[in-house]
Amino acid sequence: MLSRTAENLFWIGRYLERAEANARLLEVGARNALLPNIGGGYRNEWESVLVAGGTYAAFREKYGDAVQRNIESHMFFDKDNPSSILSCVTAARENGRIVRTAITGQVWDALNGAFQEIREMQRTERSQLPLADLTDWTMRTAALVRGATQVSMLRNDGFQFLRLGYAVERADNTARLLDVKYYVLLPEVTYVGTGLDNYQWTTLLRALSSYRAFNHAYGGEITAWKIAEFLILNTQCPRSLLSCVSEVNESLDVLARAYHRTTGAQTEVRGMLGELAEARVDDILREGLHEFLQRFIDRTRRLAEAIRASYLTGRIA
Amino acid sequence: MSKAADPRYFNEMEDGGAVRAPYAGLQDWMQDMPVELRTLKQHEAEKLFRRIGITFAVYGEGGDPDRLIPFDMFPRVFSADEWRKLERGIKQRARALNAFLCDVYGRGEIVRAGRIPDKLVYTNEAYEKAVVGIMPPKGVYSQIVGIDLVRVGPDEFYVLEDNCRTPSGVSYMLENREIMMRMFPQLFQKNRIAPVEGYARALKRTLHSVAPKKCDGEPCAVILTPGHFNSAYYEHTFLADMMGLELVEGQDLFVEGDFVWMKTTEGPQKVDVIYRRIDDAFLDPLCFRPDSMLGVPGLMNVYRSGGVTICSAPGAGVADDKAIYTYVPEMVRFYLGEEPILRNVPTWQCARPDERKYVLEHLPELVVKEVHGSGGYGMLVGPKSTEGQIEAFRSKIEERPENYIAQPTLALSTCPSFVEEGVAPRHVDLRPFCLVGEEIELVPGGLTRVALKEGSLVVNSSQGGGVKDTWVLAE
Repeated sequence: MLSRTAENLFWIGRYLERAEANARLLEVGARNALLPNIGGGYRNEWESVLVAGGTYAAFREKYGDAVQRNIESHMFFDKDNPSSILSCVTAARENGRIVRTAITGQVWDALNGAFQEIREMQRTERSQLPLADLTDWTMRTAALVRGATQVSMLRNDGFQFLRLGYAVERADNTARLLDVKYYVLLPEVTYVGTGLDNYQWTTLLRALSSYRAFNHAYGGEITAWKIAEFLILNTQCPRSLLSCVSEVNESLDVLARAYHRTTGAQTEVRGMLGELAEARVDDILREGLHEFLQRFIDRTRRLAEAIRASYLTGRIA
Repeated sequence: MSKAADPRYFNEMEDGGAVRAPYAGLQDWMQDMPVELRTLKQHEAEKLFRRIGITFAVYGEGGDPDRLIPFDMFPRVFSADEWRKLERGIKQRARALNAFLCDVYGRGEIVRAGRIPDKLVYTNEAYEKAVVGIMPPKGVYSQIVGIDLVRVGPDEFYVLEDNCRTPSGVSYMLENREIMMRMFPQLFQKNRIAPVEGYARALKRTLHSVAPKKCDGEPCAVILTPGHFNSAYYEHTFLADMMGLELVEGQDLFVEGDFVWMKTTEGPQKVDVIYRRIDDAFLDPLCFRPDSMLGVPGLMNVYRSGGVTICSAPGAGVADDKAIYTYVPEMVRFYLGEEPILRNVPTWQCARPDERKYVLEHLPELVVKEVHGSGGYGMLVGPKSTEGQIEAFRSKIEERPENYIAQPTLALSTCPSFVEEGVAPRHVDLRPFCLVGEEIELVPGGLTRVALKEGSLVVNSSQGGGVKDTWVLAE
């Protein structure tokens, strides 16, 4: 398939995953705002949401104070913010239009429908749009598109590129969110054991739509150790780093079989998979969670670059 | 019929109060449709167009970039007999135009014989010196010829213009039919309507049949688009989908050795036939406009050495130039030794002093067009214009006479159309799409454009025109 087509599919996956991650962040921010503000780490929960999204500086410049209404504007409706949900949905739909022939009518309907709806929302009075509606809509839309790809798309190389986009972006999101909150999981911090850190831990799980899943998987007391294991190493958790990397690996294997060649992307992902498969939470906490996550984020970036060089430039890397 | 037909115009449905035979099957359908149902269906059609994404994108003018071309549900109908004659005329014309192109980039016999002035051909802006001496595969320069026709009487058709480069609109021909079949299946059970869906297969056959000699095995054909900002992008994706071809942009192609390659996830793949939907000027920055970002550097070298076929061939535009148009009947006689079946509209060249004099004296009756204009822009419809508009055009013509031609205002036929008040006659034209490769093929149908504004004679979508499904009744 055309390299450009593959690239567009890859980015449709990334944009939609990003939109969904944003919606989760917003939801968590709103939850945390209901909690009394006790110092330490990020003063304001809304600020940590912005830091996780990677747009804190741009936000400060345009809006100033991190209050809920501004955050909503910035993360949902702001055209100037390339990661806002509006920007992601628009870009995903535009990419879909470009590769209209590589996606099914059902996927296009879902993408195009989402775009028409979000434009309708733009025209709606903001007081008519409570935050919960916005985040619900985003999750529902993302699920609709994902479902359409699952049931209607040919399992060809295009499907693998779309899946790669989703998996790479999800790995990156989980790592970034964990990194913003890593201090919550560190035992040295003074307020450990208070009601607050428990609350923070659960919101971290909620942000990854994993709160209930976690209870099922582990049960009992929530501890930092369990959370780190769940979100990094547990293959039952669909958003854990190991799950995401495994998914990338599977897709690249399918491509290698179809194209009869392995690439630099394989080398990269196998290295990551090897490390995660062997890792234990104790080792990660000993290395330093922050250091580990920074290294992971950097490797994910290199992985995305290797996928690009191997498949998306049209020359064999 | 809610409004009496205007006797000055040929009404395709009614003749002296009686319903003409081809439209007999529509009479009951029209009368039995309650207004509410009509409105409902009209909304449904619009929703379908939007859902499928059949829009033409207009960027840079503000407002919604995705616009719909209004779809009028009332079909336009030809009998098998009417179509047979049209078909012969269209194919004849397409053959002559291609013979002309091979000739003027070769020995130029028609010019030597004095049947067309040399200046008109060789100094024409559309005459492409870079392709002189090239004989494309099967001697075809224009593989897709769109011929715009208007009707003024039961048996009187005129060719308004020829489109030898990359005529657009064929996706509407196909989608209009799909939508009509979906909304009014009973109409298609009652009437025997020739299908148009063979078009995509025929186009693919045509493209494959003109693959270069150097290509052995199954040819790889692609569609080259300027990209998703182009107003006809939907059509490009639609055709790629229907034919199962890759839709490429210039950035997806590169030249290496004697061939053109496309960048794929499995590495470079050789391309044999390019159905391009970009203008000559943008094809190859090394040969034409150096600032073109849409083309492929080195493409023309490969083309010249027979490594790739470009459809339509660069230079094909000289045959559909509005000044050359006058001579098409002459081409038919010269190359084919036949009498032209389709007539030309009498045309005055403002470049010629005596004809210019006539034009300037009769401006209120005439239609004046720019020689290189398109899309219904930059034209004057004398009878529908104010004195001020006419005077403004007069000075334009005096300033650059060679830039204008004039034609009588044709009494375009009307076809019943759904309008606010019910059903009323509106003016229509027709663009059939003729395919020229190893063989010449024409699917029974075309794009009917309709001027939805009352009294308007301009059918272009940029000027408030809409489209209709076009039926050819099977024998």
